[in-house]
Amino acid sequence: MKNITQKSLLEISRLLQDRQVRVMEVVQACLERIEETEPKINALLHLDRESSLSRALAMDKSGPDPDKPLWGVPITIKDVICTKNLPTTCGSKILENFRPCYEATLVKKLKNAGAIIMGKNNMDEFAMGSSTENSAFKTTRNPWNLEHVPGGSSGGSAAGVAAGQCFASIGTDTGGSIRQPAAFCGITGLKPTYGRVSRFGLVAFGSSLDQAGPMTRTVGDCALLMNVISGHDPLDSTSWPGPVPDFPAAVSKRRDLKGLRIGLPRQYWEEGLSPETLERCENAVSLARDAGAAVVQVEMPHTQFGIAAYYIIAMAEASSNLARYDGVKYGFRDNSSADLLEMYRKTRSRALGEEVQRRIMIGTYVLSAGYYDAYYKKAAQIRRLIQQDYLRAFDSCDLVCAPVTPSTAFKIGENIHDPLQMYLTDIFTTSLNLAGMPGLTIPVGLGKDTGLPVGIQFIAPAFEEAVVLQAGQVLEKALPGLGTPKALS
Amino acid sequence: MEITKKQVARIADLARLELKEEKVEKFALQFSDIIGYMDKMNSLDTTGVEPLFTPWAGTSVTRRDQAAKHYERADLLANAPIQDGQYFIVPKIL
Repeated sequence: MKNITQKSLLEISRLLQDRQVRVMEVVQACLERIEETEPKINALLHLDRESSLSRALAMDKSGPDPDKPLWGVPITIKDVICTKNLPTTCGSKILENFRPCYEATLVKKLKNAGAIIMGKNNMDEFAMGSSTENSAFKTTRNPWNLEHVPGGSSGGSAAGVAAGQCFASIGTDTGGSIRQPAAFCGITGLKPTYGRVSRFGLVAFGSSLDQAGPMTRTVGDCALLMNVISGHDPLDSTSWPGPVPDFPAAVSKRRDLKGLRIGLPRQYWEEGLSPETLERCENAVSLARDAGAAVVQVEMPHTQFGIAAYYIIAMAEASSNLARYDGVKYGFRDNSSADLLEMYRKTRSRALGEEVQRRIMIGTYVLSAGYYDAYYKKAAQIRRLIQQDYLRAFDSCDLVCAPVTPSTAFKIGENIHDPLQMYLTDIFTTSLNLAGMPGLTIPVGLGKDTGLPVGIQFIAPAFEEAVVLQAGQVLEKALPGLGTPKALS
Repeated sequence: MEITKKQVARIADLARLELKEEKVEKFALQFSDIIGYMDKMNSLDTTGVEPLFTPWAGTSVTRRDQAAKHYERADLLANAPIQDGQYFIVPKIL
């Protein structure tokens, strides 16, 4: 079969179930595509070639299972999610040789659904970054222009899916780390509601913000993966015990946007957008209007405080979560130290990267005696106000629509020496994590100046992922696709 | 707000990090920049606003305190830099 790696997950899954293509053919097509594209984009930290092939062989022998929606479908996983007996490095030297003795719940669910986990994707160290330049191992490149970043922190996932190395990847989003790289690489990404997907086995960065979610080439693929990975997990007490809707069924029910009110937050659209981003996003909004949506303006008065509040909370939680990397139970240890305290210090200083050290330290500072009220508590109060902004907006609309980033993917090296400048690029993504709501990014075209993908995000009230998926699919159908990434064609 | 080199050294100590002099200098400048930006929060009066620490209420759940064996000791020790089959081994404490 030709062009296997250009198909959507839904298409390949149908072909596999109908035995029109063998699992071995699909796996080999992905491996060939990886061989061809990986030297250019560096999307993977680990490739499990042998067991992917042997799994394919066994599956072809046993035949398709209609109860397994991902039967024989090759996917990859961001390296911050634990995979039993496979490396899980989080992009860090400190976990270079770490092989978890357990599986993340979502990985277990993917395997039970028949997916073949082919490899682990590159990322910013411990998911801290917006460009994947903070990986301790390699710099991933944007498949649309190799001089540009793929975004981050799930940059390896986004680049790999855009390049056709696999049919989907699972990324994580603490402050935009699924949506921003999806937008930069021209793919679809969903950050589910906080609590929708179990965090068991997701190595913690900001525990009140982190969520794992699908990164795919189509909205339909995203919906299918959500059916597989969602749901309550006794191993994660913050996972939500409510029902999981049938997302693909919900998506297929809607053909237009009639009766839907889309809110555009004035503060997101008013300033700071590059002309090409504004042009593509406005075009998408007018297509939504053509499809029957009522477009209204909404106010999010605390938007300007989002970045400050987000980074304080994320860094505070990180400083606490990353205290576990002490050279005792797993990972790297400095063996030159005479006593325990020196061992802690040398281990952490030698094996944690600069951005991680920076965040641990600022987090330590804002939690320290005398500063807690001024920074951490203040940020948590602003978090409440930002959540209220969303709730008030949803009084007058069903979903909120905004750009994902102020401009298209920046150049490798452009922001890496100025951490504050890098943080400021997350202006449109962080408030969603503070509020805990779901957000879907879809590509809306190529910018006319840079030729790089532009994304838009739809945001819904908590646990209403189905609404953003419905709106995303209608818009996806109204837009021409982006085609093969330019730097790989 | 300016963060001094002395403050950076103190934070590094709390965070169990050991920084070279040039990094202390670099971090002092960067932290002043970053914390200075965070200080824009002070322009907002948040008197009486209840802090929000996690997005959803009801996330503090309890379970029965029952012992259960989830993992084998050998598997849990397997990733340790130094272990003796029974325990994690660390440098002398006293």
